[in-house]
Amino acid sequence: MSQLGHLRLLEAESIHIMREVAAEFQRPVMLYSIGKDSSVLLRLAQKAFHPGPILFPLLHIDTTYKFREMIEFRDSYTRKIGAKLIVHTNQDAIDDGANPFRLGTQRCCGLLKTKALLDGLRAGGFDAAIGGARRDEEKSRAKERIFSFRDSKGQWDPKNQRPELWNVFNTRIDPGESLRIFPLSNWTEMDVWQYIHVEKIPIVPMYFAKDREMLVRGDTLIPLEQPFVPRLLGEKPQMVRCRMRSLGCSPCTGAIRSDADTVPRIIEELVSFRRSERENRVIDHDQEGSMEIKKREGYF
Amino acid sequence: MAAAVDPTLKFEPVFEIEDFLAQEQAKDLLRFTTAGSVDDGKSTLIGRLLFDSQNVYEDQIKAVTQASVNRSAGPIDFSLLTDGLRAEREQGITIDVAYRYFATARRKFIIADTPGHEQYTRNMATGASTADLAIILIDARNGVLPQSRRHAYIASLLGIPNFIIAVNKMDALDYDEEVFRAIEAEFTEFLSNISAPDAYFLPISALAGDNVVRPSRNMRWFNGPSLLEHLERVPVYSRTRATPFRFPVQRVVRPDQTFRGYAGQIASGVIRPGDAILAFPSGQRSRVKSIETFDGPLFEAVAPLSVTLTLEDELDISRGDVIASAQQVPEVARQFEAGVVWLNERPLDPGRTYLLKHTTQTVTAEVKAIRHRVNITSLEREAADTLEMNSIGVLRLETSRPIYFDPYSQNRITGSFILIDPETNATSGAGMIREAIVVERDKRSIVRKQGRVTPAERIVRNRHTAATVSLGPRPQLAAVLERRLFDTSGAVAIVENADRTTCAVLENAGLLVLLVSDRPADWNLPEDDEQAADRVMAILHDSGVLLPQEELIWGEGI
Repeated sequence: MSQLGHLRLLEAESIHIMREVAAEFQRPVMLYSIGKDSSVLLRLAQKAFHPGPILFPLLHIDTTYKFREMIEFRDSYTRKIGAKLIVHTNQDAIDDGANPFRLGTQRCCGLLKTKALLDGLRAGGFDAAIGGARRDEEKSRAKERIFSFRDSKGQWDPKNQRPELWNVFNTRIDPGESLRIFPLSNWTEMDVWQYIHVEKIPIVPMYFAKDREMLVRGDTLIPLEQPFVPRLLGEKPQMVRCRMRSLGCSPCTGAIRSDADTVPRIIEELVSFRRSERENRVIDHDQEGSMEIKKREGYF
Repeated sequence: MAAAVDPTLKFEPVFEIEDFLAQEQAKDLLRFTTAGSVDDGKSTLIGRLLFDSQNVYEDQIKAVTQASVNRSAGPIDFSLLTDGLRAEREQGITIDVAYRYFATARRKFIIADTPGHEQYTRNMATGASTADLAIILIDARNGVLPQSRRHAYIASLLGIPNFIIAVNKMDALDYDEEVFRAIEAEFTEFLSNISAPDAYFLPISALAGDNVVRPSRNMRWFNGPSLLEHLERVPVYSRTRATPFRFPVQRVVRPDQTFRGYAGQIASGVIRPGDAILAFPSGQRSRVKSIETFDGPLFEAVAPLSVTLTLEDELDISRGDVIASAQQVPEVARQFEAGVVWLNERPLDPGRTYLLKHTTQTVTAEVKAIRHRVNITSLEREAADTLEMNSIGVLRLETSRPIYFDPYSQNRITGSFILIDPETNATSGAGMIREAIVVERDKRSIVRKQGRVTPAERIVRNRHTAATVSLGPRPQLAAVLERRLFDTSGAVAIVENADRTTCAVLENAGLLVLLVSDRPADWNLPEDDEQAADRVMAILHDSGVLLPQEELIWGEGI
């Protein structure tokens, strides 16, 4: 009978994966999205390379529509742990006025996330990019490999994935090709929160409930961070006690009503509250199977 | 995933998070795989397991109810909860391994949902490689089909230690006990023939929910635990502390001049500061000084933890080396036999060189022989000159450098490898090492120098390295080989039914040991002793055990 709890087992697997990346690639990078999963990834990287430093830089794809609190957290936390941070933005698209209300979420994500990511990886010459995606997040992710092959255009072919057996990972690629690596593949949302609690990992304060100004549309709470969020006739913002379940761009991330202002209370909320965390992200619902389409195009 | 709680559990208004987390921490992890044919109802079973154990989100149910394809008549098509990709939804077949997660109050589970369709054997092998348990689904209406046997065979080949045989669709047969018992009897006999582990048989209906989470009211003749109850209680054997310590080195950690450590994931066993270790391939001996982690040093670490070891002596160790228990060392070989599942559309080309990744080292490998292929329908051995995608065979491989391993039956990490096609970089084969063909014990680990005769000196004089050759029950062949080797000035000895220690002692003396034993040798040698001797000599030559010697006559044509 195993003596080890599931968090220690998941941690051991993730550390093994990070060390394989560091050992087998020339220029690995960690994609840093500032969210709770990124915070867990960072802690695992610290553990993987202890007592040395984290062996790869962090790359943040900044759409410029992230919440201010996210950017503050990003800058202070990465400085504190001594990680090297690279920020990349598709400035041309921003200059052309790209935003989800003008372009629709699919085109906006395509320019500010997918294209910016591919450009950012190319600019850095990165051959391996570590990300915090989990297989339990969304159905098409359930079949994603831990070491996921991308062709020279950064695209994913779900029918042509490399089989992965045991803990032996095939890291070989040709020039121009790359791998995306997901050390949290086997973690669930509950595992992530428990780990944050047990390890006392700092996260962006927006995950915690407080009174915030929101547009209220049915079950959906829309933050007013950006000036261009269109309002319905007669609609007025209200102060609502709420928090974010997942962090994305402010125009496309809804909040949930909540009193959970500590990690234990968030976990309490999770066990009593059955609704998958991506529900409040508009982008996954714009077309059935939409996440799969984005991933084929190179979205992380 | 949320709602990872027993539905009967009611939380008090004041949530005792520490109690809850303590309970969570006590949970371990069970990885299981599911195999079944297209129509066996596998996806329905998993959907039912998730749904009945309250592990499905409401909005997922909503999305499934809205989905454009809806294949079965019931109120909720459970299979749509698990079939992820658009292509599959269109074809109505699960085409790739999908991983699913759920938890009960006792345990966390990772499901590798693998397709059972004939052309997707490779996915079953993939899902099985990390599984502690296999659920094999049999459609009660069809009984035991060739694919049921195939699923059990692959699960057994990949070393899964626990089986559940779920006889599904009992509702379609009026929950008839006789049908279940007949399938149980037939399949039990088959499992014993393939040396599969003991299996738990149970009758279920995934569609109606019988015996999936709760015991069935429709089958009172069956008293065993439900599928979920069994999953919650079955012991996880794969991480036993009793296996010898193995630690493949991933990285050497040298942040500054004062620290030198070896980072890796413990493949098996347990380690404490002070334990004696041997590092391979150098064969150098030392003791563990400390077990370092971000959270501080440990007084003990057990597989599969990822740690960093420091040693009392400065040894020459790099990525790909293995640190092992000094008491129980791994085997070493350049030539070995392995069961191989072929994964790629490009068939095995025996004339080509492949890359072989074994733990943390990658070497080149040549296929010396295809001993046989397993007919995936009849499960009989047949001759073959290639392996095609989704076929399984036994290969004799030779690597460019010796590899340090344990047989797969004893260690699923140090006994496994993948073959990579160097032209396409595809993961082409998955291998499970059975046995070394020529055992090359590491001389330096046993013989001290101190002015005594060194292994190198023995090799120069004998014109061969020390080795043990297992010949099986063939004393006549051993006699022929002894004569040939002796006549070419070899230091050779025949031993019968000797254990490894005895062979190791003889090897220390530089001898070529011809081991005759009751156990049949696993390599195919010709019946005729002279011809067999020719083959053995050729192999010893190819593998570098016998050094080239001009006056040596190898036999006609060589």
